[in-house]
Amino acid sequence: MGLYPTPLSSLLLLLFLQTFLTPVVMSNSRTTRPITTGTSVLGLKYRDGVMLAADTLCSYGSLAKYKDARRLVSIGDASSNCLIGGGGEFSDFQFIVELLQKNALEDRMSGEPTESSAKAVWSYLRAVMYQRRNKMNPLWNDILVAGYDKDEEKAFLGTVDKIGTAFEDDVLATGFGSYLCLPILREKWRADLEEGEARALLEDCLRVLFYRDCRALNRVQIAKATADGVLVSEPYEIETSWDSAAFVSTKGGLEGDGGW
Amino acid sequence: STHNIHTNTPKTMMQHQHQHHAGHPNYESQLKPGEVGTGTTIMAIPFDGGVVLGADSRVSTGVYVANRVCDKIAQLHDNIWCLRSGSASDCQALTDYVKHYLSQHAIDVGRPPMVKTAAYLMKRLVYENKDKLLAGVIVGGWDPVEKGSVYNVPLGGACLKMPVAIGGSGSPFIYGLVDSEMAKGPKDKAEALALVKKAVSHAMSRDGSSGGIIRTVVVTSTGNEYEYTSGSDLPYGP
Repeated sequence: MGLYPTPLSSLLLLLFLQTFLTPVVMSNSRTTRPITTGTSVLGLKYRDGVMLAADTLCSYGSLAKYKDARRLVSIGDASSNCLIGGGGEFSDFQFIVELLQKNALEDRMSGEPTESSAKAVWSYLRAVMYQRRNKMNPLWNDILVAGYDKDEEKAFLGTVDKIGTAFEDDVLATGFGSYLCLPILREKWRADLEEGEARALLEDCLRVLFYRDCRALNRVQIAKATADGVLVSEPYEIETSWDSAAFVSTKGGLEGDGGW
Repeated sequence: STHNIHTNTPKTMMQHQHQHHAGHPNYESQLKPGEVGTGTTIMAIPFDGGVVLGADSRVSTGVYVANRVCDKIAQLHDNIWCLRSGSASDCQALTDYVKHYLSQHAIDVGRPPMVKTAAYLMKRLVYENKDKLLAGVIVGGWDPVEKGSVYNVPLGGACLKMPVAIGGSGSPFIYGLVDSEMAKGPKDKAEALALVKKAVSHAMSRDGSSGGIIRTVVVTSTGNEYEYTSGSDLPYGP
């Protein structure tokens, strides 16, 4: 009959250590290049709130190393209203998640429990990323912050990048998604998209990314934030199509032009 | 053609070693900016009666997939084929030259060329121009003398006849799988085809520069059987 750590007690222990037992030795290292990386994150506002989408791959250079990496995370507990999605260096993303969860816990445990809105989290993250950029030691990430503000009855969607650039919009994408998916999302977006339509649109974009991004996977997650709270789906696979007649025909024959 | 005895300068060698990742050349950093590469997985297995050749279908410029259904299996002669990896343009140029020389040679000797001749021609071109080219090639086919045979012509221009050949950026991930499968014994046509599809699927699953569909060609004395395995029907993955 031992005393086993619960998630809450682990977090409290972490807080204690950070406050009273801060290590004396400062590291001399800084992030020069990302090692274990996630690719694009997509976000769009729809009728009931806001949705984020990302695949579950973390690449190690060109190696598809971790195929069940969770790049969409909800901050706080089930009734909270903040989602973040991160691309770029995965260790830095985990650091950001721990930091935001620590802040949310401290807010809840204080004498007057409060909850930061998604917009407040986004503003805070901007300050964090910009400060790190000034020290030439960035958190090498592109983050999307999403949430539904129950008081204002409005969805929020914002982005922060590794040098602290921050802005909000109805549709956002990071990484390759900003080149391949933003045009699609902008073309098809309407303010009154139903949940099913929004999800189908995001899946179409994720499919395009799987076809055209070397660092993408067809195993994906979708997350939504609405007036009822946040929900992060379990990973699932999306269908792909390879059967167009142009694809089937061969090009390497003797009579060919030598093209591929 | 002139004998080119130029070898890599120490500076190039240092760069080359610095880029070594798990002991194999890093294709992506050796391509020039904007150059189209075939991060690739290619594989060929000879069997009694012929050869099975297989390749993935992804062509990439950096991390963008320029062509997701390309055909990396090129025909050099009636029963001689090659698989291409590395720079797309370099491979196309090499294939065109070897096709041309082989067709001349076939007329000169009055019979179909042997696979080892095709492999040797490819090797000569790659070796003599080793400092300018980035091409890893596998030559495989059927001839009446050696029957089914497979030759690996890697980056530097060596030429090695092998019982199974794998190449491209995806190949390191499947050395273990291929070694253990080949240790179980020689393959017949169906087993060789199944192994090529399985191994290439596994490589495509882990290598970011390989993917798409699997194209296979089975070369025998009677002809060539062409097949493609859709990206939704892969034996493993993606």
